[in-house]
Amino acid sequence: MPSLSPLPAATPAPEPLEPGSSPWHDAWVRLRQNRLAVAGGLLLLVLTLLCVGGPWFSQTYQAQNLDLGATAPSGAHWLGTDTLGRDLFARLLYGGRISLMVGLVATGVALTIGVSYGAVAGFLGGKTDTVMMRLVDILYALPFTIFVILLMVFMKGPSEHLDTWLRDTVHLSGLQGFGNMLLLFAAIGAVEWLTMARIVRGQVLSLKRMEFIEAARALGFSRRRIIFRHLLPNLLGPIIVYATLTVPAVMLLEAFLSFLGLGVQPPMSSWGALIKDGAEKMEEFWWLLVFPGGVFSLTLFSLNFLGDGLRDALDVRAAQD
Amino acid sequence: MLRFIARRLLETIPVLLIIITATFFMIRFVPGGPFTAEKAVTPEILRNLEAHYGLNQPLHRQYLDYLGRLLHGDLGPSFKYPNRTVNEIIADKLPVSLELGALSLLVALGLGLPLGLLAALRRNTWIDYLCSATAMIGLSVPTFVLGPLFVLAAAIHFHWVNASGWYGPLDRVLPCLTLGCVYAAAIARLTRGGMLEVLQQDFIRTARAKGASEARVIFGHALRGGLLPLVSYLGPAIAGILTGSFVIETIFQIPGLGREFVNSAFNRDYTLVLGTVILYATLLIALNLLVDVVQVWLNPRLKFE
Repeated sequence: MPSLSPLPAATPAPEPLEPGSSPWHDAWVRLRQNRLAVAGGLLLLVLTLLCVGGPWFSQTYQAQNLDLGATAPSGAHWLGTDTLGRDLFARLLYGGRISLMVGLVATGVALTIGVSYGAVAGFLGGKTDTVMMRLVDILYALPFTIFVILLMVFMKGPSEHLDTWLRDTVHLSGLQGFGNMLLLFAAIGAVEWLTMARIVRGQVLSLKRMEFIEAARALGFSRRRIIFRHLLPNLLGPIIVYATLTVPAVMLLEAFLSFLGLGVQPPMSSWGALIKDGAEKMEEFWWLLVFPGGVFSLTLFSLNFLGDGLRDALDVRAAQD
Repeated sequence: MLRFIARRLLETIPVLLIIITATFFMIRFVPGGPFTAEKAVTPEILRNLEAHYGLNQPLHRQYLDYLGRLLHGDLGPSFKYPNRTVNEIIADKLPVSLELGALSLLVALGLGLPLGLLAALRRNTWIDYLCSATAMIGLSVPTFVLGPLFVLAAAIHFHWVNASGWYGPLDRVLPCLTLGCVYAAAIARLTRGGMLEVLQQDFIRTARAKGASEARVIFGHALRGGLLPLVSYLGPAIAGILTGSFVIETIFQIPGLGREFVNSAFNRDYTLVLGTVILYATLLIALNLLVDVVQVWLNPRLKFE
């Protein structure tokens, strides 16, 4: 299986297209020509590095200074402080960790369910496929946001039990809020897999009938070899594109829940929770809304542009069911 | 077509039944009830309350009772608002949410369609780039950021409108603009994509060759096909606008059903939660059916399966 070239931080001079270059290399060259996608990718890289590494260097996100209270951006606190005197920049980085993690993990959950479900339906075809996809159609028509909200409200008790159990019985005190996070992953993952299943199923269905698969069969290759050597690499393009586009959708859902007070719970924080906090206090302290909202929007913006760029670069056309 | 609609309606019954059953048992199997949150309720009062609302019956009995009453269109009494039925609460709050949703949809179509058409017709010019970039920004700024920013600018800074409330026509502006913007962006992108695809097709070349005016080519021939992706998006979009109103109603303190639903979930107002879920599910299923019918009507190549 050809490996994807890793994202190099510094862009080398564009190489000329060679007649024998791999499709992945072609895609990489096309992607690099898309300035907005490159800018989005770089911005995401910087943001991720800051969020992952930043909290080790900056002031802690929890350190309160009640005498200080809310102050406007200044030299000491670049983005100001909140009403408890906590440094907003540090909280933004820490919240970003959670938001990005939720985005990646929940996308992983959705990806796993969606790809396996779609692949199975596509491979088996026939009646099984019809039944499986009819189920997806029905689920698609459901008010899923409502179920996520219900799940988050009503499973709060059990998830807190899990936290207490983790703390008192297993003595893992560092995992505060773990049950809630688990719930969040499950709830979001359960919603977002549908599109992926449709896309993968459609791709498998059309690839199955292609001549190169027939040729592979004629050559007597095993089913497994056909799936992993011949089908999967062709599926990778759409999967990468839609995974990239699922991340912002997932982050949006997390922030939506946090904004309603259902997502990440204090003392943890996420961008959505910070925006909620900021929206409540914006009348006096505008920076509490503007910076978290700005950073969050910028992240979604970058992810959308990167996803669009990848779609063009990998030439994923008409993959919409 | 009638057979298609009839079959889809028949399919709806088991789906709704599953939704009702799943919701009913999910909210019941979790510890805590509508009266446990209140402090200082003595055991006797609690028993009396539960007896009054039939909560002391076995669960399957309650379930069957609920279904029986539902068949008569009765969604039961609310647990949190004494002396009010769920039907009354919904009749009270739904019109507000529907108005918000309908106006937002109008905003979305009114902004998104022209933007997408303009971008498609002026492809790869600065107009196209401007429209597309605007759409991308609209898509990336969530309602719960956009809404408070609008309030900050238009209400708090310039005092043009009220920051919250739902009284006069001016109070409609910010909420509907906020909710509509996101969907306007998506609609613009879909319109652009759909139109570009159609404009490349042979029948458009034929129309041009016949000497039809540009306006006739676009509005008479291309638009119908170009709007197809948009129509299939409208189903999810309407769902999004309905649930998106949860946040909007919270930000702008609008007395609609969305805010009521979130509150009822927090309050464990079982009947109100169930009633709202049933209502939303029915609405969505009906709208999706409508979208499917419109799609076939717009695209004769599709057939009612």
